[in-house]
Formats: sequence, structure tokens, C-alpha cells
Amino acid sequence: MTIYVKSKQVVIPGEPLAYGRYEYQGPIYIVRQRIYSKVIGIVEIEDKKKLILIPLKGKYMPREGDIVIGKIVDVGLTGWTVDINSPYKAVLPVSEVLSRPTDAVKLDLSKLLDIGDLIVAKILAFDYTRDPLLTIKESKLGKITKGTLVEITPVKIPRVIGKKGSMINLLKNMLHVELVIGKNGRILVVGDDPLMEAWAVMAIKKIEREAHIPGLTNRIKKFLSKVKTDKKAGLSSQGNISGVKRVK
Amino acid sequence: MNDKSELIISKIKKETILSLLRKNERIDNRALDEYRKIQITTGLIGKANGSAIVKLGDTTVITGVKIQIDKPFPDTPDRGIQIVNAELIPLASPIFEPGPPGEDDVELSRVVDRGLRSAEIIKLDELVLIPGEKVWAIFIDIYALDYGGNIIDAAALASVSAILTTKYNKAVIENGDVRITDEQVPLPLGSIPVFVTIAKIGDKLIVDPSYEEELVMDARITFVIDDNNNITGIQKGHPGTFTYGELIEAKNLAIRVSKELREKLPSVHNE
Amino acid sequence: MSGEKPVKLLDEKGIRTDGRKPNELRPLKIQVGLLKNADGSAYIELGRNKIIVAVYGPREAHPRHVVIPDRAIVRCRYHMAPFSVDERKSPGFSRREIELSKVIREALEPAIFIEEFPRTAIDIFIEVLEADGGTRTASITAASVALADAGIPLKDLVAATAIGKINGQLVIDLNGLEDQYGEGDMPIAMMPSLGQITLLQADGRFSGEEFEEGLKMAINAIKKIYRIQKEALKKRYLEISKEVLESE
Repeated sequence: MTIYVKSKQVVIPGEPLAYGRYEYQGPIYIVRQRIYSKVIGIVEIEDKKKLILIPLKGKYMPREGDIVIGKIVDVGLTGWTVDINSPYKAVLPVSEVLSRPTDAVKLDLSKLLDIGDLIVAKILAFDYTRDPLLTIKESKLGKITKGTLVEITPVKIPRVIGKKGSMINLLKNMLHVELVIGKNGRILVVGDDPLMEAWAVMAIKKIEREAHIPGLTNRIKKFLSKVKTDKKAGLSSQGNISGVKRVK
Repeated sequence: MNDKSELIISKIKKETILSLLRKNERIDNRALDEYRKIQITTGLIGKANGSAIVKLGDTTVITGVKIQIDKPFPDTPDRGIQIVNAELIPLASPIFEPGPPGEDDVELSRVVDRGLRSAEIIKLDELVLIPGEKVWAIFIDIYALDYGGNIIDAAALASVSAILTTKYNKAVIENGDVRITDEQVPLPLGSIPVFVTIAKIGDKLIVDPSYEEELVMDARITFVIDDNNNITGIQKGHPGTFTYGELIEAKNLAIRVSKELREKLPSVHNE
Repeated sequence: MSGEKPVKLLDEKGIRTDGRKPNELRPLKIQVGLLKNADGSAYIELGRNKIIVAVYGPREAHPRHVVIPDRAIVRCRYHMAPFSVDERKSPGFSRREIELSKVIREALEPAIFIEEFPRTAIDIFIEVLEADGGTRTASITAASVALADAGIPLKDLVAATAIGKINGQLVIDLNGLEDQYGEGDMPIAMMPSLGQITLLQADGRFSGEEFEEGLKMAINAIKKIYRIQKEALKKRYLEISKEVLESE
């Protein structure tokens, strides 16, 4: 049993990581007991027996239960087509938007959601044979009415959240903003002060760029310490995402 | 429109092919290094200078050779012209679409052309009439008539056979001008190439894949062998892979099998 | 193969027209991620060849009926700019470009985990800006890097080169003159970590022994090219690391 790489090393597709029976996580493949990376990424070694491969780039592949931020790109007769920043376009049926029964003939869907509208949605179903199915009927889901949208490569989203939410809380507390994080690489920043929103976007972009370098949390803290915040502009506490509205 | 369902092989059929191969057997009872039945008929098309129809198992291909006098290409004023054009027409299979030549037609044309040219089957430098002005142009047109697998080898056999039996009117230079005589002569011939296509299925190499074997194969490779056992062309096709060892094995297999295939070709004065 | 040789391809000391020894590669430079719109991109200079490659995907395919239910389709477009060659080339697609698009696709596809993206397309666009012999193999080398840069899962990179024969001597990496006036040309592409050859063509005349010898020479050269591909991919992330750690 041998490990060929060092922890925090950048690896490329086809690069052998280890030989032998190890626990592993991430996009790897095994040929005759040799463990290879499938992508360009960072490998972390836990306790000398688990290999964790974190991709540095990649498309968002939909998964049931994921919260995503989507953009309406087409209005149909019974629902909408939604771009979720994935190789697969998603479908949002009207039954997953309104709780009341609907008369499809009488309803002009574009009055509820129109092309260009942004939504926070949840993926109800996806199995590769059909397009992903979305809903916005649950709490905290709905149409986005204000805020700034920032898009990063989806594989870096976990870094924006941080271990046990450490990074996202850092951003929320230091900048007094709310963040809605879509697993599909899209993040909604909502704050009372547009300047704070801009700082959040910069911080998020910095996280994306430097995700592979140790000490990220401290660097972001240092970066944000330059920001002068208006202590009066407190936002409503968690549980109330002010940029997202239920569609009725 | 083309019928894609013909491109899908049933799982049962695929399993049968694979399990037979594990015992070194094939679904049509051939050995791994055996070609299907080959029938070559030459001289059918009166208006062509040369022609050949080849039936290789269920694959039928016709090649016609037409010769005319043309201006040479500017960068080769002292060489004749050889142009190969192949088409997989919808007549031959539900999987071929009508329309301009696609990548398969183009690949076939170019692989056959290169194989013929590198062996120098036609000695193009002996086809000059007035350098820079008039040379013989040899048009080799290949049409698939029935697609049953391994079109490359069938097309090559048809083209070589047509070339070997081509006759055209000899031309002489008189008073600085070209005069066509009544004397019928064959083309000036060099080395005769034989094309051997090998398919890789799993870890087995099989010669002359049939249509169903092509649907299952991982990759294919064609070797062009001249009459000195030299390689004058190679084309790997299909998105699969070969190891170094497999390539050496394939090369040796191709050279060995080319000898039998060569015997099937018509002799020059056959008609 | 043209007729007359206007130049001596190999001098008495066995040195080639550009000063190289038979076993020497031309200078090779690869730049990664230079295009903003593409999901992955690479630029290669090999001798006087200059080729840019952009990869888009996996993404929705248009027209939609070309997709395959259980895997991605891979499409490749190899094109030479009209100004890339000595005599201006017409802008359309020649038969040579059609064939090369096919063989290049077949050289790269075996390296891609296409089953992970059903019903999508992966598009590879290759534009030759300046050509001097060996454009198909240089394109494969660059395209493989662009695929990795796009975050597409790969079994391995694909590296490629060509063997030639001049004055009866086997040489590696033919330049334009050698390609035109030499006695043989054998392009080869391989996944180096796995030892799997994905492209093999030949033109001209090789004996059985020359074929074996040539393959071995090519495999050695491919290993050198692979190291350069690897460095180019890691370079970007290592540069960012350096920048960040130095500023602390």
C-alpha cells in the first residue's frame, strides 16, 4: 500500500494517487488496485488512510434535494423551462409553483414567472433519462426579488459554506448580508447596503480563486477586515431570507 | 432519413459474439484470421476504362476507373493525377443518409487513396504527355452497393482489381501535340497494395469484421501491405485503443493474411 | 509525398533542416485556460505550429435529436485558418479537415468518461493559426489539456507526436518540409499512464521492423510531451498559490 501524492497537492487526470486499499471520496477511478484521479483537483490525505479528491473545476450535475438558483428561459403552457447552469435544462411545472388548483387555459404563466426571472428552487427528481424537475413550493423557495447574483464554478461551493458553515457565517457576520447558496454555483447576496453586497461578491470570487491554498478562512477574514460596516444596518435574523418571495 | 435502430445490436447477440470469441470462435464459424468469401468480377462496365465489383461476405462494392487528359496540378507538373472518391450511398444500407459526403465517405476515400499512392500502384510519373500542360488523370470512384461490414477492404480490393484490369488508349506526341491512338494499353503499374482490416473485440484481434462484429468492436486498424511486405498505410479507426503489444500482433497478422488476400486479385491481363 | 526533394533533409552529420537530431522534438509550449467563454481551453506552440483549442461541455446538444440516451456525444471540429499555410487556403472545410476532425475525435474520445453525461454533447473546436507539419498530433496534445481544463473527467491525458522517415532514417516530430518530402509519416497518440494508443496512421513506406522501432521512439517522445502537458495544467494553480503565499 503506497500513497504517491502529498496532501494538498494539485493532481491531474490520469495521475496515480495511491496503490492498495484506501478509503476514498471524489472523482477517482481504480484499475488493478491503483487509484487514479479523473480530474484536475486537490487531493487531501486524512489519517494516512483516506484520500479525498476535490475537483478544481466541473459542471453542476443535478441531484435530488439540491437547492439551486435558476433562471427562467422559456414560458410554456403548463410550466417553465429553467436554466440551472448545468448540461441539463430543468422543468418547473405550474403545479410546483401554486398551491391552488389551476385552470391551464385561463392562466398566463408569464404573469407569475417571466423569462429572465430568477428563482430559488429545489430539485424534486432527476434520473438522467429526463430533464430535472423543480419545485418552488416549499419554504425559503420562490422568486428572487432583490440582491446580487454571483456565479462561481459549482465545485467550489463547499468552500463558500466552509466547515460547519464557518465561511458563510464569516461573510454574513462581517458584511451584514444574507446569502442563499445554490449548489449549482449560483449565490444570491442580499444586503441593505449595495456596497456590502459588492464586497461579498469580491470575497466570494476570492474564495473561488484561492480555494486550493491553505489558510483561506484567515485570508478572507483579513480581506474583509478592511470593510467599514455601518453598525446600524442590521438585517433581520436568520430564517427570513429577504430577497426571496413566494409566488402566488 | 436514416434508421438508427439498425445501429443498435441486441444484448443477446452481443453476448453471443463475446462468448464465442472467448473460445476463439466467431458467429459465422470463421477463424479469427479468416476472410469471408470473396468474389471479384472485372470489366462489367463497358464505358469505364476499368471496373470491378467485389463481394466480400455481405458487403458489395463497385469501383469504376475513368481516364482522361487533364492539366497537371501546379506543384507537380511532371506527374499524372490520381483522384479517389468513395461514397456510402443510401442504396447500400438503411444507416447511410442521403446528402453530401460525410466523414465516413471522406475517410474511406482518403485511406484508399493513400494506400494506393504510397505503394505507387499507378506510376504517376509515367503518365505525363506534355510536362506542365497535359497528363493522364485517373479517376477512381468507389460506390458501396450493399453494406455488410469492412467496407475498407472491399473498396480496396475493388479499386486495385479495377486498376489492374484497366485499359486505355495509348497517346503519342506528334508535332508537339497529343494524338490518341487505337492501341489499348494497361496502366503503368508499381507495387500492388493489399488492405487488411483488423477489429479488436475485448482482447481478441479478428480479421475482416462483419457488420455485427463492427457494432461490438472496440477499435479497428487497417494495414496496407505492398508486395515486398512493407507497410504503406495504416489507419486506426473507432474510438477505442490498442496497446503497443496489440499493434505489433496486428501488424504481424496483417502481413501474414495479406499473402492469401493477394492471391485473390485478378492478374493484369484478366478480363 | 511530393516528387522531387528540393532540399537536403538530413546533412552528413545527420542533422535535420532545423538543426535537430533525429530523436529531438521541436520546442513545445502549452498555455492553459486562456479563453474566457470556453469551459476549457489551451494554446500550443510546437516549432512553428500555433494552434488554439476550445472545449465546451458537457452541454445541451443542438439539434437535440443527436444525443444518445446513455452517454455524451463527442464532436470535434479541426479547421485551418486561411492564413495558416504558405498558399492561402480557402475558408471552407476541405476533405482533409473532415478526416482529421474524425480521427482526432477518435483519439480523444477513449479518454473521456462519456457515460457520466447521458444526453449531452462535448464539443472540441480546434483552429490551426499557423501550420508547419504535425498539426493533428499537436491538436490532440492541446485538446486533451483543454478537456482537463474544462473539468471533464478523463481516464488520462492524451499526448501525440509523429514518426517520419527521411533518407531511410527514422526521425521524431516531422516539420513541414520533412512531412512533404520525406519517405514516411506515422502520427501516433497515446494515453501515457495507461499505455493505450488512441491514434495511429501511416503514409509512405515502413518495413515491419521500422514500424516497431518507430512506435518505440514515439512512445518515448510521448512521455516527454506528457510531462509538459502536466506542468502546463498545474502551472496556473501553482502560480496563484505562489502569489497568495508571497503576499502574506
